[in-house]
This record gives sequence, structure tokens and C-alpha cells, in this order.
Amino acid sequence: MHSFNYHKASTVADAAAKIAASSDGKLLAGGQTLIAAMKMRLAAPADLVDLGGIADLRGIKVDGGNIVIGAMTTHAEVAASKDVQKAIPALTVLAGSIGDRMVRNMGTLGGSVANNDPAADYPAALVALGATVVTNKRKVAADQFFTGMYETALEAGEIITSVSFPVPKRAGYMKFKNPASRYAMVGVFVAETAGGARVAVTGAGPSVFRQAEMEKALGKSFSPDAVAGIKVPSGELNTDIHASAEYRAHLVSVMAKRAVEQALAGK
Amino acid sequence: MPVRLSMTVNGKPVSADIEPRLLLVDFIRDTLRLTGTHIGCDTAQCGACTIHLNGNAVKSCNMLALQAQGAQVATIEGVAKPDGTMHPMQAAFRDHHGLQCGFCTPGMVMSALDLVKRHPNPSEETIRAELDGNLCRCTGYHNIVKAVQAGAKA
Repeated sequence: MHSFNYHKASTVADAAAKIAASSDGKLLAGGQTLIAAMKMRLAAPADLVDLGGIADLRGIKVDGGNIVIGAMTTHAEVAASKDVQKAIPALTVLAGSIGDRMVRNMGTLGGSVANNDPAADYPAALVALGATVVTNKRKVAADQFFTGMYETALEAGEIITSVSFPVPKRAGYMKFKNPASRYAMVGVFVAETAGGARVAVTGAGPSVFRQAEMEKALGKSFSPDAVAGIKVPSGELNTDIHASAEYRAHLVSVMAKRAVEQALAGK
Repeated sequence: MPVRLSMTVNGKPVSADIEPRLLLVDFIRDTLRLTGTHIGCDTAQCGACTIHLNGNAVKSCNMLALQAQGAQVATIEGVAKPDGTMHPMQAAFRDHHGLQCGFCTPGMVMSALDLVKRHPNPSEETIRAELDGNLCRCTGYHNIVKAVQAGAKA
């Protein structure tokens, strides 16, 4: 790992000032991707601003019809939350399926969302649930937040403080894990929301995307059979050593069907 | 520029001036000379470096030592009693031959202790799912699962 200057932030404002003062700084959340990338010298920031000491960024609140989760809340905390379990059980399923136990004890919601790994789980939940990303500057709808592979609408130095998830009527998340990395080869989050049925796919393309044909079908009938027969075009999907685009396209239909089954089972 | 780091390891306060890029596992092994915590893959896959940070199992090769500033850290050296009497989980690994070469064992035991705290009477399925972040290159999983199940009851 290349050397860097370490800064521990005490508040969000302090973190914003420290990152603004650095020439090539990065924010450190749980570090489960960033530290690994720095060890491989894929990332070599000159300054690292650690958000780990900011108590305000941690915790889960029920706010009317929304579940608001602080950016530095770990995956393990979301997976074990009784409030989340009651309101959006699919979100506990998702958080509990990220990486392994030790990764979930360090990795955070904000870190995952800001990194926007094409195979990360959380982006699918944010997009399918129509969540809002709250930063130290503004609020951004999930549909506008994830802009491309590892790209988001975040400006330089902008800090995610929380994500607000509207509670859906029902939702489900199913993924086909890469057995080594446990990242999603394909993950599908389905939700029946106040604004209609929404389907978000992660792992399959360069960034999370919605599947309009499935949303239309689920809008007519929220049932596994409604999506099982839909053939997803493979043209824009990823091919790598783990799976071809055609295989990923097939997995999208299978995972969508299982996600709907899970949503209907309500757990 | 060196930074002052202080934490509690196995109940004892420790501190040192370290480079910010020092990983927690290297602080534990090289600075504190507690070499029971192992480095297997060094890419956060294998779990041999598992320790407890404020009571939760984490991979010490995938975090900075500075991320444990002020924390309570427990390593495999702190698991047995001071007189050397093994913890029931360690004894269960011995009794059930839950190790072959033994390299993954410290991480397995630390993960197992985290697991039984949340699942006091775990099923085989739960143990296999919860230990998916700990790899045994000898593939001795069968007896590891038996050991964790016995250790949970002890």
C-alpha cells in the first residue's frame, strides 16, 4: 500500500472540510473495498478521511412510511434490525447476504452505495424501492444516483449521510452468488410500491438497471409466473470468466421469479 | 508521518506510533508479536486473520490498524484462560479433530465464538452458512462443523 495522510473526522462538517482541503483525498467508510484496492495499489489516495468516528452517521430510524438508515450503518446491523425486518424484510435478506460475516461487520451502506460496484447488492434495493440518497448537500433519487460502472451522481467531496427507503407493500431480493467473492453474478430486487411494481437488476450489466418489461408484467399480476417467461436481451450484459452475457440474461429471469416468490412469502 | 494508536488487546492497553498504512493484522503480529492471528490470503477471502473488534468478528488483514483506534480487540491468544486451560470451543476443535494443518484454526475459532454468541444452539446448516468467510485449504470442514456444534453446547 502506498503511504497517505490519515485524517479522522469528528463530524460530517469536519469530514467535508478535510476532504475539501485535500488534493487527492478519499473518504473511508468500512473500507472493505477501498482498503483491498489500496493494498493492490489500484487506489492510492494522498489523503484518507476516516468517517468511522462520526456517531451521527450510524443508526436506523423509522420515519413515517420510510426506513432511514445512516450511511455508516454496517450490513450486519441492517441484517439484524427488527425495525427493518418488520418493514422491509427483503432488505435484511439483502444485507445478510453481502460478503461474509466479517465483511458485514465492517462494510457499510454508504460505502457500498458510493462505490457502486456493478455487482454490489445495495444499488438494486435502492432503485427497486425508489429510495432517496441523502448527502451533506442535497437529496438524490436512486433512479438518478447510479450513473454508470463505479460512477454515481456524487460530486467531489460530497458525503452520503443516509438513505431513506419508502416501505413497499412487499418486496423480495434474490441473487446468484459468485461462490468465491459472494458478489452477485446476478441479483434481482422486486418491489410492489405505491408507485407500481419496480424491478432492479444488479451484477448483470455495467451498473444497476430497471427491467421495464418485468415491471409491466408485475403491475398486471404480481406473481412468479408473470416474470418467469420473460426473456431478457443479453446485448448490454457483462461477459467475464464467471458467466457469459447469455447466462446472466437467463439468470435475471430465474432470480426475478424467485424474488417474487420471496416477496409473496413475506420473509 | 507516524500517528499515535491506542487500543485494548485481550484486556491489556497497548499503544504505539505507527504509519497510517499499517494494517491491523500487521500491528497485531509484528508490533505486538501476537502471531496466533494468521495471514492466509491477504485479500480478505480466507478468514485466517479473523479477530474480534468490539465483540464482532472482522478480518484484520482488510482494515487499517487506525480503524481500531480506542477499540476493544480480542485475538486467539486471549481466548484460553491465563493458566493455559483451553476455552471449551478450543477443546472442542481438539476433541473433534477440527483441524488438520491448523493454519485456519485461529480464524475458525474466532468466527465460531462470534457465531455461538448469536446462535447458541446452531444447526449444521447455520454453522456452514455462518462460516462461509473462513476457508480451510485442507478441506476439513466436516469435523470443523462438528467441533463448533460441540463447542456451542460446552
